[in-house]
Amino acid sequence: MSGRPVLDVRRLTKVYGAGEAAVHALRGVSLTVQRGEYVAIMGSSGSGKSTLMNILGCLDVPTGGRYLLDGVDVSRLADRQLALVRNRRIGFVFQSFNLIPRTTALANVELPLAYAGVKAAERRRRAVAALSAVGLEGRARHEPNQLSGGQQQRVALARALVTEPALLLADEPTGNLDSRSTEDVLGVFAELNAAGRTIVMITHEPDVADRAGRLIRLFDGEIAEDSARAGAAA
Amino acid sequence: MSFGEIMRFAVRGLAANKLRSALTMLGILIGVASVILLIAVGNGAGKSVQDSIEALGANTITIGTAGGGGAGQPSSSSNALTVDLADALRDRSLAPHVASVSPVVTTATTLVFEGTDHAVNQLAGTTPSYFAASNSPVGRGAAFTDEDVTQGRRVLVIGQTVADELFGTVDPVGKQVTAGGALYTVVGVLAAKSEAGFNDPNDVAVAPVTAVRQTLTGYGSLTSILIEAASADQVSDAQDEATAILNERLKVTDPSNPPYRIQNASQLLATRTQTADTFTVLLGAVAGISLVVGGIGITNIMLVTVTERTREIGIRKALGAPRRVILTQFLAEATMLSLVGGGLGVAAALIGSRFSIVGVRPVVVPGSVLLALAVSVAIGLFFGSFPASRAAKLRPIDALRYE
Repeated sequence: MSGRPVLDVRRLTKVYGAGEAAVHALRGVSLTVQRGEYVAIMGSSGSGKSTLMNILGCLDVPTGGRYLLDGVDVSRLADRQLALVRNRRIGFVFQSFNLIPRTTALANVELPLAYAGVKAAERRRRAVAALSAVGLEGRARHEPNQLSGGQQQRVALARALVTEPALLLADEPTGNLDSRSTEDVLGVFAELNAAGRTIVMITHEPDVADRAGRLIRLFDGEIAEDSARAGAAA
Repeated sequence: MSFGEIMRFAVRGLAANKLRSALTMLGILIGVASVILLIAVGNGAGKSVQDSIEALGANTITIGTAGGGGAGQPSSSSNALTVDLADALRDRSLAPHVASVSPVVTTATTLVFEGTDHAVNQLAGTTPSYFAASNSPVGRGAAFTDEDVTQGRRVLVIGQTVADELFGTVDPVGKQVTAGGALYTVVGVLAAKSEAGFNDPNDVAVAPVTAVRQTLTGYGSLTSILIEAASADQVSDAQDEATAILNERLKVTDPSNPPYRIQNASQLLATRTQTADTFTVLLGAVAGISLVVGGIGITNIMLVTVTERTREIGIRKALGAPRRVILTQFLAEATMLSLVGGGLGVAAALIGSRFSIVGVRPVVVPGSVLLALAVSVAIGLFFGSFPASRAAKLRPIDALRYE
């Protein structure tokens, strides 16, 4: 847990719109996450947690403040470098899975490696490994519409993992899943964290948040609570 | 990411939506094929007109009545073409360059042979010189003679098509057929001509002018007079002489507006070619419109495709795809669609041009193939790249939120 933090966010602000119609989604969030942490972010809707997540995932840009990812200030990067950061350093898991339709699970998992320029054979090997890490080695040839929600989310997880990113971001990964699939997916997250991965996850559900090692509550675009939990990797 | 890799992505993208890809290609196919084919038909029509006129013989001059008669010129019997007029043209001293003069009356009639009947396109009543002047030699049997003409014998030389239709495998020479209630004896069959024109050149019959006037057309004016010049380079001399005689005979006061129409083969060719060119331009315009409509179809589908895949673009960007890669992928998809569609269109047009369309054998213009392909690819590229670049420029979060 030593060395530079994976995430170092300082006085991050995000404003949508302008003038009187301006909405302050984030009002100066500061936060550091060390390597190997498992952080859950909770908050009511409109608290700015999704905005924060999108900025952390380099899908959106902040209005103000600094964001250091693995020591690199990504808030100043150009489009092309941001693409590189998204590809190499971040694995993103969405609530709605966001798999590419009509494309096999294997091809979906290979996609970030393809954009990283990994050769086909190596890509295939790593994608198969990632799929078996989430317990889906038998479903490599299936297309998203042939998979259950839980399986789709595990494919998405494999896709997020396959580039071995420094940071795994999950935006309500269990929001669309039934309790059994939720258990499956959370199990995978717990294993990953035990293996040393840094995870930041947004969730609504307290029992999901209980699995994390640290809980951050957002309220009105500010951090209202930041506490360590004992239940990590239980 | 390598170029080949992006191409493989593009193929996968197209294969993921087979029906849509196929329909887009079909639109391009139809546009390209119709342009090539319609221009080929126009061109083929021009070619066939040219061929049929060339088949008429380069030495031939045709005299007809002025079409419909001008406003101040009711077609009276005084300026009609008559046999006397034809005889007047046969003048060694006034028209030394005229080799032969053939008065022609034509009519469409039905020939009957032992219960089989066949409607002949054109039954020409004329003199034996017609065979040489119109470049239609007799293949089997013999032509009728001058004596047949003076005697008004009912003898007939038929074209190959007529022979096939009426007699089948039977040798027609010596057989008797009925035309307009009169019995004619078939004495010969014309040598087959290549089918070049709108009308089958073999669907004809030739008989002595006297017999035809007596039995079929009556003693009205002639349809035309065919003059054969002594040689190809004397055509214009012969034409001048004939014009002088006609003007004198018909008492033409205004030579710039004569009551007859005199044309040699090359003049005829020029007029007809002009008509055919107009035809080609017209067809080309229709085809151009269909290509534009096809293009709008491509545009529409490309727009829908890209818009519908905005979310997918967002996913790809979130996974770290650079803008260039996304743009290249969509460009490659659009290019493949239009190239494959266009290529199939060219193939369809080439296959289609092997069949004759409304009696015309199409002749493909190589330029039209290139033009149609280029236009379709340009349309596909432009309208594929524009929405793709717009989507690729979106921030990933906006693309992901796109519904």
